Order: sequence, then C-alpha cells, then structure tokens
Amino acid sequence: MAITEENPGYKWVGTRPIRPDGLEKVTGKAQFGADLMLPGMLFGKVVRSPHAHARIISIDTTAAEAMVGVKAVITGSDFPDLAANGAHPSEIDVANNTIAREKVLYEGHVVAAVAATTREQAEAAAKAVEVTYEILPHVLTVDEAMADDAPLLHEGMITKGVDPAPEEASNVASKILHERGDLDQGFGEADVVVEREFTTKPVHQGYIEPHAAVADANSDGRAHIWCSSQGHFQMRAYSASVLGISPGMLKVTAAEIGGGFGGKTVIYLEPLAVRLSQRAGRPVKLVMDRDEVFRATGPTSGTRIKVKMGVAKDGKITAAEVWMAYEAGAYAGSPVGAAGMTAIACYDIPNFVVEGYDVVCNKPRVAAYRAPGAPMAAFAVESVLDELARDIGMDPIDIRLANAAVEGTQASYGPKFPRIGFVETLEAIKDHPNYTADLGPNQGRGIAAGFWFNAGMMSSATVHINENGTATVVTGSPDIGGSRQSMALMAAEELGIPYESIKAVVADTETVGFNDVTGGSRVTLATGAAVVDACRLIIEDLRARAAKTWDVELDQVEWVDGQAQHVEGAQPPLSMKDLAAKSGRTGGPISANASLNSRGVGAGFSTQLCDVEVDPETGVTRVVRYLTAQDAGRAISPDYVEGQMQGGVVQGIGWALSEEYIHDSDGVMENPGFLDYRIPVASDLPMIDCAIVEVPNPAHPYGVRGVGEVGIVPPMAAVGNAINDALDVRMTDLPMSPVKVLEALNEQRD
Amino acid sequence: MAQVHFSAGLRDLTGGLAQVEVEATTVRRLVVALEEMFPGIGEHLNEASSVAIDGEIFTDADYEPVSNSSEVHFLDIFQGG
Repeated sequence: MAITEENPGYKWVGTRPIRPDGLEKVTGKAQFGADLMLPGMLFGKVVRSPHAHARIISIDTTAAEAMVGVKAVITGSDFPDLAANGAHPSEIDVANNTIAREKVLYEGHVVAAVAATTREQAEAAAKAVEVTYEILPHVLTVDEAMADDAPLLHEGMITKGVDPAPEEASNVASKILHERGDLDQGFGEADVVVEREFTTKPVHQGYIEPHAAVADANSDGRAHIWCSSQGHFQMRAYSASVLGISPGMLKVTAAEIGGGFGGKTVIYLEPLAVRLSQRAGRPVKLVMDRDEVFRATGPTSGTRIKVKMGVAKDGKITAAEVWMAYEAGAYAGSPVGAAGMTAIACYDIPNFVVEGYDVVCNKPRVAAYRAPGAPMAAFAVESVLDELARDIGMDPIDIRLANAAVEGTQASYGPKFPRIGFVETLEAIKDHPNYTADLGPNQGRGIAAGFWFNAGMMSSATVHINENGTATVVTGSPDIGGSRQSMALMAAEELGIPYESIKAVVADTETVGFNDVTGGSRVTLATGAAVVDACRLIIEDLRARAAKTWDVELDQVEWVDGQAQHVEGAQPPLSMKDLAAKSGRTGGPISANASLNSRGVGAGFSTQLCDVEVDPETGVTRVVRYLTAQDAGRAISPDYVEGQMQGGVVQGIGWALSEEYIHDSDGVMENPGFLDYRIPVASDLPMIDCAIVEVPNPAHPYGVRGVGEVGIVPPMAAVGNAINDALDVRMTDLPMSPVKVLEALNEQRD
Repeated sequence: MAQVHFSAGLRDLTGGLAQVEVEATTVRRLVVALEEMFPGIGEHLNEASSVAIDGEIFTDADYEPVSNSSEVHFLDIFQGG
C-alpha cells in the first residue's frame, strides 16, 4: 500500500528490478573485507585487555617477537602522541580507542597487535605478549558512573553544558537541555499525569560480517587499505589521523559490506594493519572474530530514562518532562544529544523540559546504531503515551493524531517542520486491516511512533556513457542498503535508457570525489542528487552533440525517452547508442562529474502496529503480526525500502525481547556470541507487513527522504504496549525477556 | 533582522536569552555578530552546532544566506547510523 500525493508517471523510479549485487552474493563471488588475499600477505592478531579498567604498567613483546613466523609487533608507543601534537580531543579519543596508551578502559580494549606468516603463529604470538596491569575499580552503568564516589575514567573530564562549570571532574561528559513553556502550568492543565522510569541495556548492531581490513604499505610511506566500512573516505581520514600522516598518503578501497547499521562508521583495525604492514614490509590482514566484535566494537548505549507526561481529557498533551542518562562507553559521545532532540519530536507539546547526560563507563565505546539515541527515548515516551491514552479511554492512534507534528509545527528541538508525513503514517496504520484484526487469547496490540532527522552531507558522482550507449554510474558511497540499485534507477529515469543498461559501482578514494559516510539515511538523497546532477550534465552534453551533428542551434534539440529529438521533427532522432558510437567525432568521451553538499533533507516518521501473544506460564512473547508504515518521501526502489523498513523492525524486536550485553562483576562480557546474545531469526517472526507512505520531499528531484533509520525507533514501545494490552503489565526494562514478563505477572498477582 | 534562537543548552552562553535579533547576510557573519554580543559563543557554535535556517538543517552553513525574515536555530550536532 502506498499513499502518493502525486503520480509523476516515472518509468524506472519506483519499480522492482532484480538487485544488481544479488548474483555475486549468492554465488560467493562478492569480495567482502576478509576475502582479499595478496601475495606475501601476513595475518594479524590483536591483543586485548582482559580487564574493564586498568593502568598499563608495562608491555613486554620480546618473547612474541622471537617466535617463529612473527614479522611485526606493535603497541601504543608505535603511534604518535596526538595530545602532544595539539589534536582535537575527539581525534585523541579515536586514537586511544584504536590502541590504548596509559590505561585500558574496557574489556577488549586493544593493547598490542602482531603479524605473522600464518594465522596460528599470529594467535600464538599474541598470547606471548606480556602486559602488566594495575587493576582499577570500574563502573559499568550510568548509575554507577554518576555516583558521587565513582572511580573516574578520565581524570580531567569536566561536564560541559553546566553553568557554572563544575570544579570537580566526573564521568559525566556533558549535559543537554531543551525546554519550552511552563512545565508547572502544563501539568496543572492536565487531567491525567503518568510518570514512569525505564532502563535499556547496550545492544549491538549485530552485523553478520565481522570487521576486516587488509593493508599494504609501501616504502615511500603510502599505503593501500581494503576494508569493510560504511565510508572509506572516513576510514582514510580517521586512519591518517591515528597514524599521523596526510590522508593523501592512504588509498582506501571499499570491500563489499555485510551489514553496518552505523557500527561501521568508525575505525578499529585499519591503522593497526597499516602500521603492522609498515613494520613487516608485507601486506597484513586483520579480521575480528565474533567475540572481538562484541567485546570491542560499538554497541549502542544502555540508558536510564524518566518520563512524566500529562494530558487533558481531549487527548492534548499539556506537558512533558524527560530525564535521560546514556552510556557513552569508554569515551564521551553517547547519542544523548539526538535522543534529547527526538524524544518528543513527533508531537506538538506546549510545555516541556528534556534533560540528558552523556556518561562514560567501562564498556566499549558506543557507536552509531540506526537513528542513534532515538529508539530508547521513544521506548519511554511512547510507552507513557500509550498509558495516558488508556487512562483517558482514547484510541492510541487518535491521541497521536491529536498531538501530531505537521508542517509548520515548532519542533521540540527548535525549527519549524517543513512538509512532513507523520499524520499520513498514522492514517496508514488506522486504514490497514491489521488494525482491526481479531486478537486471540493472551494476545495484545500495541502502537508506537518514531521520528528521525535523516541527513544530507557531501557526495560526489561520475557518470560515463560507454561506447555502446550503456552507462556506468560511479559513486563513493558503500552500498549497505541497495544504493547501487537506487542510483541506477534514478540514472535510468534521467537518461531515458533501460535500468539494465546501467551499472552502478562504488569506487575507491582515488577514483571518485569525496563522499561522506553511508549513514544517516542520506545516500539515496544526497548521492542520488549528485547522480541526477551528473546525468543532467550528460544530457546537456548529448543535446549539444546532437545539435552539432544536425548543424542546428542547441534550443532545437530536446532529450526525450533516451534520445535526442529535433523539436520540429526535422531530423530523425539520435539515440544514446547513436551518439555514443560517434562520440569521437563530436568531442570525445561522454562523461560528467557532480559534487554537492546536500540541501533539503526531509525528516522521516514511522508508525508501527504490533500484535503479540504472551504465554503467561513461561513469559515467552511471540510477535504474531506486525505492520510498519513509514514516510519514504519517494520509494526509488520499493524492494529495498521495504527491506530497510523490515530490517529496522526486526532489529527493534530483538532489542525489545532478547538482546542485551551481560557483564559479570569484573566487567567482563559474558555473552559475546550469537548463541548467548540472541538476535531474532526468520523463524522467530511473522512476515513484517509494510505500508510505504510517500509524502515527497519537495527539496529532492525525486522527493526522497531517506529510509534507513527511523524504522528502528518505534518497535520496543510497540512491543511493550502490545504486551501491556495482552497482560495489563507495563514493561519498563529492556529486554522484555520471559523472566521479566513472569516477574511482572507475579507482581501483578501479588 | 534575523531571529536567532538558542537551545536551552546554549543559553548558558547568552546570559539566559533564548532569542535575539541579528543583522547579518550569512551564517558566518551572523556568528561573528553573536560573538560580539556573547564573547565565547562563536567557538562553540562553530565546533558543536549545526544550523537550521527556516526549518532546513545544515551541517556546514558558514556561507548560507540569511535574510531579515530568517528564523535561525543552532542545534546540537548529531550522528546518523
């Protein structure tokens, strides 16, 4: 089902052709990060801290270096001291997270790395590196980290955003605050007020492909990196910073990527592989195993969130008060800022205070995860809103419609919304047969909504017309969500040639202009706009060549359905193939570049409907029916849009029901594998029904908004609200595991 | 003059003011004017803020035009996934 404000009659945009990467992936030909083999290549292994918090007293690499096959051993001392060089604090944190210097701040923190002829030799050498630690007390949660007597991770950390600035250091990196109106007056106008406290655990992005990097350093200081990432230009910049060299010294080639979801926007292995390769004089491959992925790469934050909201009997929200603390892991930078901006952004609320804290603790540094920060806040706010609707006897869609942000609403984070499609997603749910489907025993239904900004940023594209009239579209945006198909579809629409005549490729950092990361749901919007711009330059060039061929003025030529036509029909049309075949006579190869810093980002909204069945004897929750409605702006590739919507929902269901980091009292992760860290699999779930809503973004040539993230914002609240509908118990702690459901039922019986 | 709005987190730097009017033709000039009004705010705005001009959010807005009718919001930088 799709709601379309206008039907522009596109020929290719909005169609569902065969995905361009499918054949290579199902036949095993696709080259992922770990697949590359180079002549003389060595295998690397990283040495990691077994302690959550410790001072490094000494690292003795003598025994490791003497072992058979070992070609290089590196530690933090093999990298420049960025602090001494006056680097920005964020660069210093990246460097120290890549390899520890004075202290290790979490279990799994890198302290050294080795390279050897075989993988087995490298693993043996890694075990032979002797590290002496002074174990320090650790903090694992925001509660422990914010306690008055908490041990400090960073002894100079003074909380930002507090006036006057604190005199004492703490584990609170910063405070954020958004407020409007008069909170007391707002709660005074409410007929019902609900106040709840919620907690969520760190969860991992759960990409199937572990991090991998191969580096081949030359004696002139240059190096080539092949890696799986969401942005090889960023990998180049971050790696160069850690290595203390110019980005131009590094060439980075994007491997095929097996999932990222935000977690591959940061570096881990790349500079280590380069330094090992420089020391050994041979290429080096580093590949994480699953254990390392869990222990050392970015999960998203665990949180504690308090929400108080009031409504009048007519359903209007009169006031909202939100307090939130987000774990940042070892270094400042949790997504609490985005959480504060998104928490109540779906609604037009006259009186509110949203206060948040970025808190460091002895866990892996958090990394972006689809709509970073927003899902946890939505879990809390949407759960309370569900409870308020029940208390005043109002339909859960109607209470959201009564408060929904629309064009012109002053968003809770500041500016007024342009044209948005939140109301349309609510109506799409209400109009769907799932909304009135019968529920069986122990079944319940939940609704929740979510908001995400989406992003624009910088992109470049090159389009080549080949000598047979086909086209190659070159971008620098790694394809993690179907961007090659989206680029090809937009190029086909622009050029007027078949989708099958276009090949979209992802080029390395020396072959195409700069592209920001594949993240923020930005690639179809921003890189797509660059592709459209390049195609339009091509068309202008083709018109000029046709005019030259016909010896007429340029304005006598138009480009229609993939061919140059004389406006008065005085000449037979010239097809793309005709013009390409004779390009040498009309000016040479046909090619165009376009680069931009994207404008006109269109915000994304999603509303979701979840039906669950809960076994009251075991506490097991099973999702029996699920519908997601999301404003795509324009679905360039509906197959991939639905894939993004379904993927976000499935990850959210895992977050809701089963996923969590579990640490022992020493701060050691106890479940670093998919057997004990349970992500949903196909057999756990029904088909996720999708309602693509299309409220075109007026600032994009095809109306694109971006679809990769907002789908993960509502699921935890939707599931929780459905459990509440089934059992009349309000779940406030994620994951809503069978044990917790049973505990809630027992409390209810007591 | 452009209406410039500050989030609550920025009001520590504006003496508590939530909104000011500034005469400027670009964001860069607007930030220079704000620095004169609130010494120290310029560095923060340059490093830690994105800008929304009439509802459109920019990450690199230095040379974006602002007009007398513009509504400008300085926002916390956020990262997508």
